[in-house]
Amino acid sequence: MSGNREAVFPTRMTLGLMKTKLKGANQGHSLLKRKSEALTKRFRDITKRIDDAKQKMGRVMQTAAFSLAEVTYATGENIGYQVQESVSNARFKIRARQENVSGVYLPQFESYIDPEINDFKLTGLGRGGQQVQRAKEIYSKAVETLVELASLQTAFLILDDVIKVTNRRVNAIEHVIIPRTENTIAYINSELDELDREEFYRLKKVQEKKQRDTARLDEEMKLTRLENENELVLSTDDNAVQVPEEVPNLVQENEDDVIF
Amino acid sequence: MDCVYFNVNNGFIEGIIRGYRNGFLTANQYLNLTQCETLEDLKLQLSSTDYGNFLSNISSKTLTTSIITEAASVKLYNEFNYLTNQLSDKNDLKLVEYIKCSYMIDNVALMITGTIHNRDKSEILNRCHPLGWFDTLPTLSVATDLESLYDMVLIDTPLAPYFKDCFSNANDLDDLNIEIVRNKLYKAYLEDFTKFINEQLTEPSKEIMLDFLNFEADRRTINISLNSLQQQHNDEMAIDPDLKRELLPNVGKCYPIVTELLANANDFESVKVALDKVYEYKNILENNNLEDFFYEFEMQLCKDAFTQQFTISTLWAWLKSKEQEIRNITWIAECIAQNQRDKINNYISVY
Repeated sequence: MSGNREAVFPTRMTLGLMKTKLKGANQGHSLLKRKSEALTKRFRDITKRIDDAKQKMGRVMQTAAFSLAEVTYATGENIGYQVQESVSNARFKIRARQENVSGVYLPQFESYIDPEINDFKLTGLGRGGQQVQRAKEIYSKAVETLVELASLQTAFLILDDVIKVTNRRVNAIEHVIIPRTENTIAYINSELDELDREEFYRLKKVQEKKQRDTARLDEEMKLTRLENENELVLSTDDNAVQVPEEVPNLVQENEDDVIF
Repeated sequence: MDCVYFNVNNGFIEGIIRGYRNGFLTANQYLNLTQCETLEDLKLQLSSTDYGNFLSNISSKTLTTSIITEAASVKLYNEFNYLTNQLSDKNDLKLVEYIKCSYMIDNVALMITGTIHNRDKSEILNRCHPLGWFDTLPTLSVATDLESLYDMVLIDTPLAPYFKDCFSNANDLDDLNIEIVRNKLYKAYLEDFTKFINEQLTEPSKEIMLDFLNFEADRRTINISLNSLQQQHNDEMAIDPDLKRELLPNVGKCYPIVTELLANANDFESVKVALDKVYEYKNILENNNLEDFFYEFEMQLCKDAFTQQFTISTLWAWLKSKEQEIRNITWIAECIAQNQRDKINNYISVY
């Protein structure tokens, strides 16, 4: 028990601090838990979309590869080289932007086609131009799917990391920080109780002592008074003058024994 | 009378070509090929045909569609070279030169593209079509800019006359799209070839070769007019009628009336209306695959060409049929490799 608490002096001030800390930890825990849940939800959504996108990619790439086969069938071997050589600018471009999901920035890729750029539009003019154009369209779609998949995959990786970190934090708060703070509070409370009890006992002791002393004093005073009365009885004539002299002495607090 | 002496020089060659013709894949063999599950099966099926063991030293792991195509093409080139080496007649040799010329145009266009973009020349030479090879082709790579390419190198190629007609100076090559250059050359080539056939060849070769060339010219005409349509609606450098007129060959069944109509056509409907005027190409735009129609048409021409004896034009028919056969094999292999069974029957088989 003693190992799992913070090394603090058990004072009222630390108790106050610890209580604030516990409250903060609980709040943080619930917030992080909610964040982690939101991220997990998003994560599942993305996993599903990746699955869809991958299957779509399979289909699209297959048609694309096949349309290329059609082009080769219609135009001959060197068409790929001709296309490569006549292209100087990218027609298919990508814009990246960020999306904020529960404080995590996920990159999103947006593809767009620049209609101004159409570098190999004359390729296959003599033969197979239609196939070339069709293959171009199909491949544009294929690349679009790839871009979509890429942005999903990136989001997947980033979210995976963030979820791991968040869960680690949630667990750390839940299983380490909160129990430790609670332990510390319990320790401080027990220590304070102990102090209280000691104090009470001490007070009781003091009181007892005082009562004892008072009792003794009372005895003594009684005795003294008895003696004085005896003396008074013995010498009434002399004491008639002496008695008024003693009154100021009683009021004066020079006497050690008189307390109240 | 020509037929009487035909066999003196060309009997052997015609015999070989007819032998090769019997080696074409038949409809049944194609059917067997389409039943194959893997490329390995395809290889096995092909080994029982005229192709023999042309893939024997390729392991099944590395077998791809392109390797099959390549091996089949090499076989074709070897056979073609063997045939052409047997030719002795002057006109026949000239004919072979003309046949090779169309491949040369492609090669030269490739070299020019490479030169403009400063590519590694040896890489381009590897990509050149073997049938379009000529001795001065590697020297094209000597030129570093278009000026010297035109002045020093192109002049020495067999294509020089076509270049001379089409481009008055080197600057013409620079700002033009290579596709336009290629098609201009092709136009000049087709016209020259037709002239040669009309003047030098005798019947029946003349008739058959003209059929082929007319078809070739018409195919280009129709393709160019259709493909140039697609560009027109969204950019400024579309092909205007004048430029198109320079690209469309002045031979063929479409010439002159339909060619003129096609040159001025700027939408699909007007192309269609123009083509309806030619009996052979009526309704070809109804069904969607134009290329398939042309291949089918070409194969019919080739098949018909083989019915005529005493002509060297069977060489052309054989070459075209063989090319189509390789395309068919590639297509079937591609369908098998990509698991697209429903389209596997798109090959064209006439024999």
